[in-house]
Amino acid sequence: MEFEYEGVLLSMKVVITVVGVDRTGIIAAVSQIMSEHKVNILTINQVILDGIFNMAMIVDLEEASISLDKLQELLKEKGDALGVEIRAQNRKIFDAMHRIG
Amino acid sequence: MLTIQDVLETNQMIQKNNLDVRTITMGISLLDCCSSDGKTLCRNIYDKITSYGEHLVETGNAIGSEFGVPIINKRVSVTPISLVAGASDLKNYVEVAKTLDKAAKEIGIDFIGGFSALVERGFTDGDRRLIDSIAESLACTDLVCSSVAVGSTKAGINMDAVAEMGRVYKELAELTKEQDALGCAKLVVFSNAVEDNPFMAGAFHGVTNGDSCVSVGVSGPGVVKKALENVQGQPFDVVAETIKKTAFKITRVGQLVAMEASKRLHVPFGIIDLSLAPTPAVGDSVAAILEEMGLESCGAHGTTAALALLNDAVKKGGLMASSRVGGLSGAFIPVSEDKGMLEAVGRGSLSLEKLEAMTCVCSVGLDMIAIPGNTSAATISAIIADEAAIGMINNKTTAVRVIPVPGKDVGDTVEFGGLLGYCPIINVNTYKSDAFIARGGRIPAPMRSLTN
Repeated sequence: MEFEYEGVLLSMKVVITVVGVDRTGIIAAVSQIMSEHKVNILTINQVILDGIFNMAMIVDLEEASISLDKLQELLKEKGDALGVEIRAQNRKIFDAMHRIG
Repeated sequence: MLTIQDVLETNQMIQKNNLDVRTITMGISLLDCCSSDGKTLCRNIYDKITSYGEHLVETGNAIGSEFGVPIINKRVSVTPISLVAGASDLKNYVEVAKTLDKAAKEIGIDFIGGFSALVERGFTDGDRRLIDSIAESLACTDLVCSSVAVGSTKAGINMDAVAEMGRVYKELAELTKEQDALGCAKLVVFSNAVEDNPFMAGAFHGVTNGDSCVSVGVSGPGVVKKALENVQGQPFDVVAETIKKTAFKITRVGQLVAMEASKRLHVPFGIIDLSLAPTPAVGDSVAAILEEMGLESCGAHGTTAALALLNDAVKKGGLMASSRVGGLSGAFIPVSEDKGMLEAVGRGSLSLEKLEAMTCVCSVGLDMIAIPGNTSAATISAIIADEAAIGMINNKTTAVRVIPVPGKDVGDTVEFGGLLGYCPIINVNTYKSDAFIARGGRIPAPMRSLTN
């Protein structure tokens, strides 16, 4: 259940989460947005909890052709279309809360 | 290694349990704004606040959006105005309050604090002018908050100031009676006031601070309540450990936000305030945490012990998560802002006397309590005196923020709206304290040994 990637925080790492009812094409749709804007996907993890689909993806915006706030907008639109909730957050908030050191 | 469970836990706290950063507060020293000319003074104050605070709101919003955690309030605290305006030719400080209000609106913040005086040992002429201006100033401004420190463990209690503040509350209630005395929600009376508190209405930028700093007040009663739901029936050792771990996580978010804000605003980091601050939202209540520990209703016997444990565990958990802790740091019990407290008052299980007992073990004091409009100034002063004495003897900050609502009595309810919530009028002991308050003078500072 652990992400394999442990990057040096030289550029912004972003955690993208998708929460909602499982259906086909969710990861494909999110990946397509990443690919279109040169956002590098570092790791993907998913789990079904109480019948709810949860996916967490760590991406790197270093080479990206899009800013985080613009990416958040695109993902929100896509999430609304798919009926799931998609969020993109700076990874530092998760590291701050769950890691010491 | 970050796990998907960690990620989901954080987002659940934010989305389902109301985890937020309650405030980013920028402290700004106004000592270099002093002038003997009132107009120059006001211009200096306006220019400094609007220059230092220009990017505060946009920076706060950007951080909130980037990390996906709501940052509810962006605020400014300033040097106590009684010190800044003391040398001026202004007969009263209403113009200064209007200047603060205008500057606050210009930079788009939620509140500005520091229309304050520190009179634990006595009044200067500037202190008197400020206190005489409070009622009118708060009635004619929207965002200005005021505080007066009337006592401390080292100084004792200035009972002349206590008597004065009872009258100020009554005057302010009368001037803002059209809004159910809402002006009183912007006024706090302190014992052992702290110089680095980021929370309103009591925030001011003490003179021992540097020119400017940013401090953060975290929150998260809902997260603590949720964590305790998983340890039902278990011993208090487990309860305390659970709260500590949760407080650690909450505070780490606050620390991150504070460091980012400091970096982006090019202003030194001040402190993190570890207070658990409730809101009227469902699931964001300190009372609900106490009830989760096994009390049928907040105010039942055991409430003070439950609150003592909560307050202590929050501090212990939060301390390691932050490089610098300060402010008030504890659990707040503002009645109108806490749904559980409101319901407890409504069903008669939580009284003013029990709230007073609770303030012995938590921060900060009798907060946001609506009392009958016919409560006398002397009785309000006596409530302040009792609370100041608790702070003085226990070496802790205590405060009073009561709202005597004109025309309302026990059984009525008052609506404030927004973060301030609504409140049933609480019963106040009607036996008189007039002769007690009329004495004036000082209650001497207490001894610090033989403490029984």
